Amino acid sequence: MGYEFDFSSVLTDQYIDWLISGVRITLLLTAGAWIIAFVIAVVLAVLRATNFRPAVWLVAVFVEVHQNIPLLVQVLFWYFAMPELLPEAWRDWLVRNNSEFILAMIAIAMCTAAYMSEALRSGLRAVPVTQYEAGRSFGFNYLQTMSYIVVPQALRLSVPPMVNHSLLLFKNTSIAMAIGVHELTYQTRQIDSDTFRTFEVFLVATGLYLVLSFIIMFVGNLIERRFSMGTR
Amino acid sequence: MIRFDKVNKWYGPQLKVLNEVTAEVKKGEVVVVCGPSGSGKTTLIRTINRLEPIDSGSITVNGTDAHSSKNNVNTLRRDIGFVFQQFNLFPHMSVLNNITLAPRKLRGMSRAAAEEKARELLDRVGLADKAEAYPAQLSGGQSQRVAIARSLAMDPPIILFDEPTSALDPEMVGEVLAVMKGLATTGITMMCVTHEMGFARDVADRVWFLDKGNLLEDAKPDEFFSNPTHPRAQRFLADLRH
Ligand SMILES: Nc1ncnc2c1ncn2[C@@H]1O[C@H](COP(=O)(O)OP(=O)(O)O)[C@@H](O)[C@H]1O
Ligand SMILES: [Mg+2]
Repeated sequence: MGYEFDFSSVLTDQYIDWLISGVRITLLLTAGAWIIAFVIAVVLAVLRATNFRPAVWLVAVFVEVHQNIPLLVQVLFWYFAMPELLPEAWRDWLVRNNSEFILAMIAIAMCTAAYMSEALRSGLRAVPVTQYEAGRSFGFNYLQTMSYIVVPQALRLSVPPMVNHSLLLFKNTSIAMAIGVHELTYQTRQIDSDTFRTFEVFLVATGLYLVLSFIIMFVGNLIERRFSMGTR
Repeated sequence: MIRFDKVNKWYGPQLKVLNEVTAEVKKGEVVVVCGPSGSGKTTLIRTINRLEPIDSGSITVNGTDAHSSKNNVNTLRRDIGFVFQQFNLFPHMSVLNNITLAPRKLRGMSRAAAEEKARELLDRVGLADKAEAYPAQLSGGQSQRVAIARSLAMDPPIILFDEPTSALDPEMVGEVLAVMKGLATTGITMMCVTHEMGFARDVADRVWFLDKGNLLEDAKPDEFFSNPTHPRAQRFLADLRH
């Protein structure tokens, strides 16, 4: 009657290889999307801080759109619809270069950038205006004051939400399986349909996701402590 | 060194915060500015380095028109130290970096030279052991002394204080005033908004009394304290003693 666990048929050399390659793609996707998301988020937050009407409006639309449409829809959109808008040569290049990975990375990055830009924006707003004034009173110009005094503090204040968004980003990479990216969830499904040991293989995958999540949280914690402005 | 000439400033159409202020701070002088809350003291001192714009009149600092758009405001500010009521130390930097930031980035001083100077300044304000500390680890009195050291790092010929002891617990007021008294003997031009009348009596060359944006008194401390000419100043002093 009881369920007989059988990890040995899931953890063969071949399947372990699949899992490792799944973890590799998941991490690559996470890292690539994180870098793109962070750069875009900084640009969005700075644009928003300019108080230049059209820029503020554009950023607000970007943020709303990406926060209110399911990520799966965004990924499918980037995969099926976006290439249609591209010139022929670009489309060919994409297809020859692992288009599903690249497009999933962009889609996830865009969505994460929307959330991260909000985190950075609230960080910027949390820096008291007196800090800006103190900087200016020394004779620092606007850009110097922002880069030496305001932005470093804003970044520190946004570390906790940024760690959260990084964690969400990592978990969201599993959505890329919907367009056939061979990341960890995709490989898990493959092993499942090969072996029918559903419970075992998903347990292994769960363990892997958990370990990786803990590593991200641990790194986030280190960063948080390193940049705690001496209040630890 | 600092000359106000018929300076007027409004906050909006209703509130005139500075009214025809005309006065001069001579080189090396210590001027204490006092007056009731809301009389425009903070505004006045902030107009000197153009943290606040003025509506008419002129302010000449070290021979240059502080409010002329032809003169670079950042160059002006490098020569004017400013100490805030709330210290405004940079919380993400150590005490040492707080002090060396401006000389390194604005004067191109090497880190080593800037740090050597910073340590001298910290020694002067009695905080040689706090170089590596972060602002969050300092008491109010220590923070304000660091803030003073920080504004001295650029060797400004002028230093301005806006109620430097008002945010402090009473037992810490003395240590900050002591640093300021020491500073007053160095020949730096000093302008200080404060209600510490003992300080005014001991070190000020002139006391200015501001009321509703009007500069009602500009006198030597002993004249001001023994014999204020304006009834408002008399009432203000009576309230302080009480
Ligand atoms: N940024 C501002 N906008 C509008 N009113 C202000 C502003 N700053 C100060 N005031 C007003 O101007 C008057 C003088 O303020 P302030 O210079 O701070 O006086 P003090 O330093 O003598 O207490 C007060 O009535 C204050 O409410
Ligand atoms: Mg004030």
